[in-house]
Amino acid sequence: MAVLKQEGVDTIFGFPGGVVIDIFDELSRTDIQYILVRHEQGAIHAADGYARAKKRVGVCLVTSGPGATNTVSGIASAYMDSIPVVVLTGQVPTALIGNDAFQEVDIVGITRPCTKHNYLVKRTEDLARVLREAFHIARSGRPGPVLVDLPKDVTQGKARYKPLPQPDIPSYSPTYKPNTKQLQRAVTLIKGAKRPVVFSGGGVILSGGSNELTKFAKKLHAPVTASLMGLGSFPGTDPLWLGMLGMHGTYRANMAIGACDLLIGIGVRFDDRVTGRVETFAPNAKIIHVDIDPTSISKNIPVTVPIVGDCKTSLRELNRILVREKVKFTKRARKPWLDKIQNWKDTTPLKYEQKNIIKPQYVVEKLYELTNGKAIITTEVGQNQMWTAQYYHFDRPHCFITSGGLGCMGFGFPAAIGAQVACPDRLVVDVAGDGSIQMNIQELATAVQYKLPVKVVILNNRYLGMVRQWQELFYGKRYTATDMKHAPDFAKLAESYGALGLKATKPREVEAVLKQGLDSPGPAFMDFWVAREEGVYPMVPAGAAITEMLLA
Amino acid sequence: MQKHTISLLVDNEPGVLSRVAGLFSGRGFNIESLCVAETLDPSVSRITLVTRGDDAVAEQIKKHLNKLINVIKLYDLTGTEYVDREMALIKVKAKAEHRPEILRIVDIFRCKVVDVSPSHYTIEVTGTAEKLSAILGLLRPVGIKEIARTGAIALAREKKLRGR
Repeated sequence: MAVLKQEGVDTIFGFPGGVVIDIFDELSRTDIQYILVRHEQGAIHAADGYARAKKRVGVCLVTSGPGATNTVSGIASAYMDSIPVVVLTGQVPTALIGNDAFQEVDIVGITRPCTKHNYLVKRTEDLARVLREAFHIARSGRPGPVLVDLPKDVTQGKARYKPLPQPDIPSYSPTYKPNTKQLQRAVTLIKGAKRPVVFSGGGVILSGGSNELTKFAKKLHAPVTASLMGLGSFPGTDPLWLGMLGMHGTYRANMAIGACDLLIGIGVRFDDRVTGRVETFAPNAKIIHVDIDPTSISKNIPVTVPIVGDCKTSLRELNRILVREKVKFTKRARKPWLDKIQNWKDTTPLKYEQKNIIKPQYVVEKLYELTNGKAIITTEVGQNQMWTAQYYHFDRPHCFITSGGLGCMGFGFPAAIGAQVACPDRLVVDVAGDGSIQMNIQELATAVQYKLPVKVVILNNRYLGMVRQWQELFYGKRYTATDMKHAPDFAKLAESYGALGLKATKPREVEAVLKQGLDSPGPAFMDFWVAREEGVYPMVPAGAAITEMLLA
Repeated sequence: MQKHTISLLVDNEPGVLSRVAGLFSGRGFNIESLCVAETLDPSVSRITLVTRGDDAVAEQIKKHLNKLINVIKLYDLTGTEYVDREMALIKVKAKAEHRPEILRIVDIFRCKVVDVSPSHYTIEVTGTAEKLSAILGLLRPVGIKEIARTGAIALAREKKLRGR
């Protein structure tokens, strides 16, 4: 407990069980608040949402066996998105380990490939050191989840506590400072580029480098695109903003990638959802890639100038060199390139038609308007996630929280709860689909119990919409296992939990329902019956080049 | 597909080998052989592993290994001066008429007979992978009953790779 305080932990998301009673008991004697969730997956996603909104390490505490295994999806999600969380799992007493004891599972073995690191603590006297290391590893370098498995006898034991200094792990020293020569090479490429594109990712947000990125892009007067994880790292209302790129990226962003002569990727990992067919990705471009994790560089896409370093530090250094060498591009200098992009934007914008059935895009646009773009938005996974990414314009970092890499349905609602705990004064909205919301709907009880006024916008098409869209396009409209004909009445369900439940079936009701829901003091479910077979466009079919988009 | 011999110094802790092996299986890299033992410092083990891949794959393998918290130091010996050895125990049928021939081969390859019975010899042989393959080829006609073979262990020439 003393270590947790030393690490600045103020909240733990958890669910108890036999082998962690001691820890919860001890917790009650501290001022660390715990949030009792209704399922362990909720605890880990909430810790993830908390970490992203608060820019701190999120902590979750669960029991052994099923408690631990229930967190695995959430750990994998945090791992893919590089989110700093520390997962404390109970374990059977050391003497019983390996005996197939009640609620025993080798969680360290199970989570080895989806944690940044993990520990089994065998002696009480190691506990303080291991916890310190866990927090240090989780938050430093490329952040990620660290799991600490705590056998019952270890947490029951007593050891003298002495505050420990910052851990020093000789075999672990992330590179923060970029190599000067590589920076210089990058600047040389920047000077010569006629059609540059800046491609920003989650790394920029994690490093707190959004201001530096914006400065950098303005100096270059270069258009900026971002991965799903990078949304908010550059103002979504800026004229240089291209929108997201990739499978459901904007037409202009993907076309710009195809035409650019220099691509500057910062804190990105060139995921397949971004690149499409790798051979045809940015075929005319030299690529500069800045990332703190050397394994991300040249993993999927060969790069011209690799820069290993912290995004914020690297951008600051780059900006410094640009100032020193008086490199500054004007709007006039970029005119041919920006005109071309404007033309793509004018001819092929994001579009939908709002007729007599509610369009999901319309709901997201209205949500954007009514919140002035200032809410913390979480999403589930699928169409709801993509529409949010396309139609909600994020001007600031840490406002968009989504399971990007793993694509874990059921993420958004508990993550919103975590974000609300982190930022009690902010409006937090989960944009959900009817499929995803049912995966962790039990957390409504958590939201109500702790008076967390989380709002949930359900884009209800009674389909698993994203898979249905693939079936429509690539499987001859055979909607196998995607028709969710039967669903609860979400409004009534919310009421039964003690939350506000609202429903809109006509376009003219959308705004009123949103207003009522957003203005209400407590948690609210807003159920929007949307056009069942609306698709997310543009769409790049799997395996195609990202410039080969289906537009509707 | 070049062969890469990589030498790792790692924390001598439970689970470390699993982290290394899991990395290879999880990311679809192949391991041709792997040898692990403690170094002079009991808190450190040396893993020697041999893998195959083009330059890009080898680069990824090394980066990922380096990323493991328990990997203290990594040396890619490929393309450098190094000594590598494998060992095999070979149990061969030893009929009376074959015995002189077997012993001649043992002599030529500077191996040792480490176990004898009326019907067999067990031969200990140490050398490079090529040498081991060569002796196995020569012994095959007399009848190999079974073999146990290690992967490669390796050390760089010069002083830079002194074990701890």
